[in-house]
Amino acid sequence: MATATGTLPQVQEETTIWTWLTTVDHKKIGTMYGISGFAFFLLAGLEALIIRTQLAVPNGAVVDADRYNQLFTMHALTMIFLGIMPLGAAFFNYFLPLMIGARDVAFPRLNALSYWVFLGGALLLTSSFIFGGAPDGGWFAYAPLSDEEFSPGAGLDFYAIGLLILGTSSLMASLNFAVTVFNMRAPGMSMMRLPVFIWMMLVVNFLLILSLPVITVALVQLVFDRNFTTNFFTPAEGGDPILWQHLFWVFAHPEVYVLILPSMGIVSEVLPVFSRKPLFGYAAIVFAGVAIGVLGFAVWSHHMFTTGLGTVPQIVFTASTMAIAVPTGIKIFNWMGTLYGGSIHFNTAMYFAVSFIALFTIGGISGVMHASPPVDSQQQDTYFIVAHIHYVLFGGAIVGIFSGLYYWFPKMTGRFLDERLGKIHFWLMFIGMNITFFPMHFLGLSGMPRRIYTYDADLGWETWNMVATIGSYMLALSIIVFLVNFFWTMRKEPTATDNPWDAPTLEWATSSPPPEHDFDVIPEVRDRDPLWYDRDHGIEKVEPPSEMHIHLPPPSYFPLLIGLGVLLLGVGVLSHLALTALGVVIVIYSIWGWALEPTE
Amino acid sequence: MRPSPRAISLTVLSLAIVLITTWLIWIAWDATASDPMTTLAPLSDNADAVQGLYNFVTILAGIVMVGVLTLTLAFAVIFRERAGHEPQQIHGNSRLEVLWTLIPVAIVIAIALPSFSVIIDTTGDAPDDALEVVATGNQWWFEFEYPGLDVTTANELHLPVDRAVNVELRSEDVIHSFWVPQLSGKVDMVPGHENRLWFTPHETGMFLGQCAEFCGTSHANMRFRVFVHAPEDFDAWVASQAADAEPAQGDLALAGEKIATTLCAACHTIRGTNAVGQIGPDLTHIASRTTLASGMFENNSENMAAWLANPPGEKPGSIMPNLNLNAEQIEQLVAYLQDLK
Amino acid sequence: MEATEAAHGEHHTSLGVDNRMLLMWIFLASECLFFGSLISTYLIYKGESLVRPLPDDVFDIPLTSLSTFVLLVSSFTMVLAVYAAHHNFPKMMKLSLLSTILLGLVFLGFQVYEFRLFGSEGLNLSTNQFGASFFVLTGFHGVHVGVGVLYLGSMLIGSMRRNGLGPSGGLYMEIAGLYWHFVDIVWIVIFTVIYLIP
Ligand code: HEA
Ligand code: HEA
Ligand code: HEC
Ligand code: CUA
Ligand SMILES: [Cu+2]
Repeated sequence: MATATGTLPQVQEETTIWTWLTTVDHKKIGTMYGISGFAFFLLAGLEALIIRTQLAVPNGAVVDADRYNQLFTMHALTMIFLGIMPLGAAFFNYFLPLMIGARDVAFPRLNALSYWVFLGGALLLTSSFIFGGAPDGGWFAYAPLSDEEFSPGAGLDFYAIGLLILGTSSLMASLNFAVTVFNMRAPGMSMMRLPVFIWMMLVVNFLLILSLPVITVALVQLVFDRNFTTNFFTPAEGGDPILWQHLFWVFAHPEVYVLILPSMGIVSEVLPVFSRKPLFGYAAIVFAGVAIGVLGFAVWSHHMFTTGLGTVPQIVFTASTMAIAVPTGIKIFNWMGTLYGGSIHFNTAMYFAVSFIALFTIGGISGVMHASPPVDSQQQDTYFIVAHIHYVLFGGAIVGIFSGLYYWFPKMTGRFLDERLGKIHFWLMFIGMNITFFPMHFLGLSGMPRRIYTYDADLGWETWNMVATIGSYMLALSIIVFLVNFFWTMRKEPTATDNPWDAPTLEWATSSPPPEHDFDVIPEVRDRDPLWYDRDHGIEKVEPPSEMHIHLPPPSYFPLLIGLGVLLLGVGVLSHLALTALGVVIVIYSIWGWALEPTE
Repeated sequence: MRPSPRAISLTVLSLAIVLITTWLIWIAWDATASDPMTTLAPLSDNADAVQGLYNFVTILAGIVMVGVLTLTLAFAVIFRERAGHEPQQIHGNSRLEVLWTLIPVAIVIAIALPSFSVIIDTTGDAPDDALEVVATGNQWWFEFEYPGLDVTTANELHLPVDRAVNVELRSEDVIHSFWVPQLSGKVDMVPGHENRLWFTPHETGMFLGQCAEFCGTSHANMRFRVFVHAPEDFDAWVASQAADAEPAQGDLALAGEKIATTLCAACHTIRGTNAVGQIGPDLTHIASRTTLASGMFENNSENMAAWLANPPGEKPGSIMPNLNLNAEQIEQLVAYLQDLK
Repeated sequence: MEATEAAHGEHHTSLGVDNRMLLMWIFLASECLFFGSLISTYLIYKGESLVRPLPDDVFDIPLTSLSTFVLLVSSFTMVLAVYAAHHNFPKMMKLSLLSTILLGLVFLGFQVYEFRLFGSEGLNLSTNQFGASFFVLTGFHGVHVGVGVLYLGSMLIGSMRRNGLGPSGGLYMEIAGLYWHFVDIVWIVIFTVIYLIP
């Protein structure tokens, strides 16, 4: 096994396929997460376009009922688990060590493993379209519809096994990242000097660590119900379908904050940089993020207001749900405080960041509206909810991610995404997003239920559905503009300096793109905005010693092998148990090899 | 920092833009109140209470939205990069931060308290003299029974005006949800659970309902109708529904009756005949219904014939199978069923 | 094993806790929620079974108390193993480790016996809600004991090598001990909640 120890100038970038397959470098892993996540985002977007085309006119006939049900289920699963979560993980992988001044994450091979297991789970879930039909029970797969009696095909097995595998991957990644944040910080980087992005991701990691086991139990029970004769969710045998809802939402409500907090973190990085002043109320923003995380575990039943919860639970969950508006509001106002009095430089990253504030607020406010159960009894399962979720998920999560992409692109590639195309992308997306999703509020108000593949004319739904569909094509166009921008930029010469935006955080202290070992010299942190502090106090960057031995973990193919084993294990459960056995053998063999592999 | 005239005029401009947008939104919002399934024009007592809260929440939400959008827009334009302007490096301001923690707290309390009181009112017990109805969700149709009145029907619920109705919600298979937007918010029909819902309609007319919980292939086609009558009309309806099925008249219908009481008897009940199946809707008075297959089609001979020829073709996933009836049988059945007033 | 080191092989960490140790602690927090959900399911379905056998029909408290005791003793031997690893008593370490493994296996043996006994009395996964939630809960606990046995087994094999577990042996043993004690404590909770509380 090659070692990467050597004198500095000799560290070379060899990018053959094999380097990528065996890499344990957090930047390469982050890149792989990013590319996969984006590809799945496109796929899920394509599914959305088919959905919108079907709904453009009454009694649409683009797809049939069963296919439609698969499409919206897979659209949601793909967006959430294969799109946004990996895109968040991509940034975190890439920038966590860079932002806290470390050379890598705490467990580089575990990091690679998380990626390969993710990819396996993602391919498994997606392949359900080819093998035996995709899951079609909605992304929350309510029992007993998801039980074997009512969903006899393989779709829901793909759902359960796929999510179990993806959960394993997320759990490993979260453990790894949490340890890294706690333990790998550069000298002087106290917890209250961590960049807000890192703080938000730390909250995300804990949300996942504490909520994934709950969905794991629910999925295990579903698998047992479907395959091993238990009756957890079969009412006729004493089972209770409401138990599934509790377990699912105890996971899935924290999950929605898993989707939004990374973008809140990104925006908290971008806004101060281009306002040319420090983040307003750092401590408040951090504590608000933690409060959102904690409260997020106490609100799940607001998804179940119509299930006959009873008076007292409705009141309790109303109170806890509405309480979340307070910490979220604190963030919004602090971001506005950051803009206030600034000298705002509007480039594409900043356009996205500022529009995030506006769009997320709209989504958050509709959230507070259906936090009131009597109101929700009219809105639940209508397009009003669909409007809410897309304002927070698209206007929030996706817009935040694009902000981060434009902001960090020069750091990651050494190249600037084109600003002119970027602004076209922004405006098309901003306008398209509002045209697509705002009318859904009106549709919900006039009673259009969600998850319907067809509707009659003369219910007053035609106009706004058509408008929404047109908007979704505009969104597709905006994505194409972005793709053009991306590929065109990648053909240009790298021109970015170390810190082209004059940003305050540590990732900008190293070259663009960063060297394999991240930092020649681990920086010393003297302030919450270290690079601004150094700039203002005339502190020079420490020159690297002429000869240096930097220890980097060697590449390893065991993560890939284990990922493959886990995939086989899952495929085996769905098809032939012999494959599972093979998978187990591969996993055990690779863990053994992993343990004995030298890391020097 | 004292606001400059420029800042003030830009803020006013931003406010104007946001207010105009909000006004346009309001027009579209309000326009939905005249749609057939609107959630904004309640015609029952409970819905009135909900609606008061709904409007209040909407107005507060609107104010928050206008505030945040205006200031964000205003700051974005006022503080655009200008040559020579070096922003002051402020890290925070405790007084402001406390203030903008307290404002949301106040708004949240203002929304929460009336919510609690409406929850308590609407989840309480129905009045004693309420009409009892049992609504059962099936994939993909609704059954309505009136205990004590000997009436069982499907997909069309008839109610007297100005009398409370207490709907007991059950499910035979998966979770469905009972929702008539103009009369009441929804409550789910969960197998194994006893949910219920009560309201007092205060206007006569026909109201559209829809299953609101995803329940499989034909969830979209699981609709129903509620007819609210003057009390005497309701009593007449009950009397006609409680009667047994009309015996078949004429050769065609007689032949149809024969098929119906054999081939269809395993699934359908036609009171007064030996058809007592429980799987499909009660057909005793099928001809008195305005729609077929849970609100999908107008109830007329043509649609009935099409339905009998191939139910899953007409309604995806239908539990009623294609029985491969020939044209003659269909004609006979239609003749018979269309007489079951 | 893992963990990148800052410049020269020194294990520098911000909190002063070893990375692997921290990983295990956080992982166990996650496991708490895992078992918490399984136990909640059991409690929610308590009294919901439509047919017999019910807990009273099948539980043999003295027998299970014995197996619980066995697992408790294994925690004690695990403490000895950690102590020995820290103070460099290789022989004592291997012996205590071996005892822990054997006790773990005995516990598993009890569990297999109990499962088969219950099976012969008509209780299986599909019988009723008690059967489903009981077997899934205790089954997953058993899997955890099994994984623990494999884990400790690989430590034992590792310690047989010429230079044993190396300089960090004490640490490795402590981490393994953490896991083992956790699994043990979970069993105490399960035993109390399921068998003892009527
Ligand atoms: C990124 C994801 C995300 C985020 C951040 C949120 C945030 C919130 N959500 Fe949302 N939600 C979803 C994703 C998300 N949601 C999804 C996917 C579903 C549907 C699942 C499904 O059924 O498929 C859903 C569904 C959903 C429901 C169930 C609806 C139903 O099915 O009937 C409810 C009900 O209470 C709810 C409430 C809230 C609330 C109160 C917030 C709050 O956190 C919002 C807080 C933010 C603000 C309030 C704005 C900023 C604050 C201020 C400017 C301060 C002043 C404001 C006030 C005092 C009001 N959400
Ligand atoms: C992260 C979350 C996320 C995101 C980003 C989106 C994005 C979009 N969503 Fe989705 N959506 C959900 C999460 C999300 N959605 C969830 C959770 C549900 C609930 C599901 C359920 O009920 O179970 C839902 C449901 C949902 C519905 C309701 C379906 C129903 O109830 O029947 C609709 C309908 O219009 C919709 C539309 C859209 C559209 C138009 C977009 C657009 O923003 C998409 C924009 C992207 C593109 C347009 C991609 C462009 C692609 C190309 C240009 C192709 C290029 C191709 C190659 C190069 C190969 N979504
Ligand atoms: C296997 C059971 C089954 C058999 C046999 C069956 N049906 Fe049905 N039928 C159903 C079900 C279930 C529905 C409800 C379908 C829906 O709306 O989704 C239904 C619906 C109907 C309806 C529409 C009822 C309404 O209220 O809208 C008619 C009419 C009907 N069946 C007539 C017949 C006739 C006539 C026959 C025999 C030739 C027959 N059915 C045989 C199960 C059956
Ligand atoms: Cu029944 Cu949807
Ligand atoms: Cu939620």
